[in-house]
Amino acid sequence: MVTVEQVWAALEEIPDPEIPVVSLVDLGVIRSVEVSDGRVHVQFTPTFLGCPALEFMKRAIEEKVPQAEVEVVQDDSWSTDKITPAGREKLRAAGFAPPAPRLVQLQSQVHRCPYCGSTETRLENLFGPTPCRSLRYCTSCRQPFEQFKTI
Amino acid sequence: MNDLLLGLADDELVIGWRDSEWTGIAPMLEEDVAFSSIAQNEIGHARAVYELLADDADALAFDRAPNEYRCAPFVQLHLLEWAHTIARRWLYEVADEIRIAALIDDVPVAAKINREETYHRMHAEMWHERLRDEPRFREAVTELWPYALGVLLPNQRPDLCARVGLDEVAAVERGTFDDSFAALHDEMTMVRRSAPAGAQW
Repeated sequence: MVTVEQVWAALEEIPDPEIPVVSLVDLGVIRSVEVSDGRVHVQFTPTFLGCPALEFMKRAIEEKVPQAEVEVVQDDSWSTDKITPAGREKLRAAGFAPPAPRLVQLQSQVHRCPYCGSTETRLENLFGPTPCRSLRYCTSCRQPFEQFKTI
Repeated sequence: MNDLLLGLADDELVIGWRDSEWTGIAPMLEEDVAFSSIAQNEIGHARAVYELLADDADALAFDRAPNEYRCAPFVQLHLLEWAHTIARRWLYEVADEIRIAALIDDVPVAAKINREETYHRMHAEMWHERLRDEPRFREAVTELWPYALGVLLPNQRPDLCARVGLDEVAAVERGTFDDSFAALHDEMTMVRRSAPAGAQW
């Protein structure tokens, strides 16, 4: 019989379809996993409501954990604060500036370059390749980079 | 309440379609990207609200006759002119913030929509800051003002007047349709009509 830990481990292996360096668990979109009498119940919270990867993620969970019943919860429980510390580090290493915690971001407009760590960066565009990213430019190492938006 | 939510969802769907008309032809590459992303978000919000109202969001979104839509005429206007487009984006975001705030306690998804709208507001405000004293922009705001009021319930309109700094006038209300809506409806529902029910993509 499958255990809660095994389900989490399986979900850890599902990459985000748009930023495959992080898993669904890293992204914090898996809200809960319950196992009872061999039945698996996974609660999943979308990142952005208009995210085209949403259906894809749901299907990926169902394929990875065939006995799972996936419930999509569209409340306000997901924010970028739900991205795990490991997920943030994976994002940074791949050249995506991870989102700052909401409390910090709302008080300071500091954005750090994922390549050189400088905070001498400027906004190029609020929107980027996907709605969850902005485009910034680092004036220290002269690299453009993608900033995961804090929401 | 359901009529209010249907109006909200239809507004988001239709403004999403209208904003997406800039994809590929915006005056700047950055705006091409911004408008495409904003449109995608708005249509995502429409879907989330349709899902509260019906089991099949697509059916609710696309299987109605044009006169059954509840979107405000404001979002229907076909505005392929930048000053008017930016004026509408700004007025729409200010109005939308007022009505979303009124829904947050009763509709869980409203809080999530509100979170995403933060970036739409930043974008709209940035353009408003840049263009607020330009005559073409002021003219566009004045022309669109009766339409913008029609997005909100009458009791919410004084708040919009205060935020925008204009006096209340007779609003162009929901339930009336701009002449351009029939063609938009035709385009919006084309794929749905041409594909057999239950088609998998």
